[in-house]
Amino acid sequence: MDSEFEPSIVGFFCNWCTSTAADLAGTTRLEYPPNIRPIRVMCSGMVDPVYILRALLEGADAVILGGCEPGDCHYVSGNYKARRRMTALKTVLDTLGLENDRVWVRWIGASEAPKFARTMNEITAEIKKKGPSPLKECWST
Amino acid sequence: MATDAIIEVSEGKLIEGINNLFGELLKKGLVDALLIPHELPSGANVVQTLITSPEKIKSINPLAPVLPINSARIVSAMTKVASSAKKIGVVLRPCELRALIELVKLKQASLENLVLIGMDCFGTYSVCDYGKFAKEGPSPTQRFLDNAKSGKDDPLLREACQICEYSVPINADLTIGLIGMDLNKGFLLHAATKEGERILEGLGVKAGSIQGRQEAIDKLVAQRIKRRDEVFARTIEQTHGLDKLLPVFAPCINCHNCRDACPICYCKECFFDSPTFELEADKYLGRASKRGALRMPTDTLFFHLTRLNHMGVSCVGCGLCQEACPNDVPVFDIFRLVGSRLQKVFDYVPGRSLEEELPLTTFKANELEEVGH
Ligand code: SF4
Ligand code: SF4
Ligand code: SF4
Repeated sequence: MDSEFEPSIVGFFCNWCTSTAADLAGTTRLEYPPNIRPIRVMCSGMVDPVYILRALLEGADAVILGGCEPGDCHYVSGNYKARRRMTALKTVLDTLGLENDRVWVRWIGASEAPKFARTMNEITAEIKKKGPSPLKECWST
Repeated sequence: MATDAIIEVSEGKLIEGINNLFGELLKKGLVDALLIPHELPSGANVVQTLITSPEKIKSINPLAPVLPINSARIVSAMTKVASSAKKIGVVLRPCELRALIELVKLKQASLENLVLIGMDCFGTYSVCDYGKFAKEGPSPTQRFLDNAKSGKDDPLLREACQICEYSVPINADLTIGLIGMDLNKGFLLHAATKEGERILEGLGVKAGSIQGRQEAIDKLVAQRIKRRDEVFARTIEQTHGLDKLLPVFAPCINCHNCRDACPICYCKECFFDSPTFELEADKYLGRASKRGALRMPTDTLFFHLTRLNHMGVSCVGCGLCQEACPNDVPVFDIFRLVGSRLQKVFDYVPGRSLEEELPLTTFKANELEEVGH
């Protein structure tokens, strides 16, 4: 694989858990790659698949949705609903052969800065290995 | 209390027999009105008509094998603002009934004061084929009955119908049963609810039962499922992967007709008609300059993928998206395939039950634990 390939990865992180973990990773100097473009959302449950599809169609090499651990949602059940929605999204993509392994979901609690950094390293390495998204250069969608 | 009755008709007079029954419903005041398929005077089409006078029963034709629109949309339009104060018998095919149940769950329709009258369905022709057969003769209804009697699917049925395994209505108060009946002699009336029983009683028909209906249904459904799975396999073969999917959507002009015909797509303002897509020229140029070019109108694949995500789990397989497509994009094949996968994942059958919650509005705490780790 082209070792120069630097994937661009969009992260939708919930305000209460994963974004807090990201901030904590920053302040405690845990390193994670600059490939991640974080977007803070109030809850993983408000991320409609349109946002993720849009990112992929606009050329993101991967998208990661981060929310609170199941059971810990600030709004009680947002992440449970997100889990179903993401299952649906992955099913749609998989049925059409559209690489659903470019969509990641991870539950990362507010205090889990090391898990946050580890996960961001992991997705970046995986997507580097996988190579650029075929949608990246595609103008005809 | 009788739940089944056989309505006998004189040799070859099935249509008259069925129409007579609907006339009785109105005359006896068992319903105040009927929403029922009616021949247009030209004979070229049969459309849903709201009938209040028994006089107008003469030219109804609920057997006509044509489905211009999914009538769940009509029932939604009639009952969404306020439910009916009078009793309306709505005569629907299984895919229309199932769509109606989904729309009730989506709070887009009310069943209050409706009598759901379901018709067994062998399938329908496209509106164009129907009009052609009507012109050329013999009548499409007759052509269709002859095929139904032979037990074989007419290859000119719409593809959606050839692979439809819901030939018998679910959730009807009253079902007009045709499958497994000797259609020269009569048809079955089956009441599945108190409301259905009230009508059977009001009609004063005597109880009866038939042999072999279930076997005939099983046989038809098995035939349909086999054909469905062949279509699924072909669809996967032809659409799997971006390299195949892009050519499939190449003829799409992003007109959104498929969405407008779909009974499940109810949003007052679809995301794709929203200001999100009303961009200044500069924004278009910005998007274009990222890759050097931008397909116009934009966001064709985005539209279809989003629609699949939003409504695929409730797709009833009526195939009206396909009928609406001006350019023969195999949009039904794709929606039916993806819909069936989604429905399997959530163990959901659209239209099966009013009590079952829509999969994407609910959840279980202990499920899908592999998602997210
Ligand atoms: S899709 Fe099924 S229920 Fe609907 S018209 Fe065709 S055969 Fe009948
Ligand atoms: S997607 Fe097509 S087949 Fe499915 S419910 Fe809508 S119109 Fe009917
Ligand atoms: S698939 Fe057909 S009906 Fe749907 S938007 Fe494209 S061209 Fe229009």
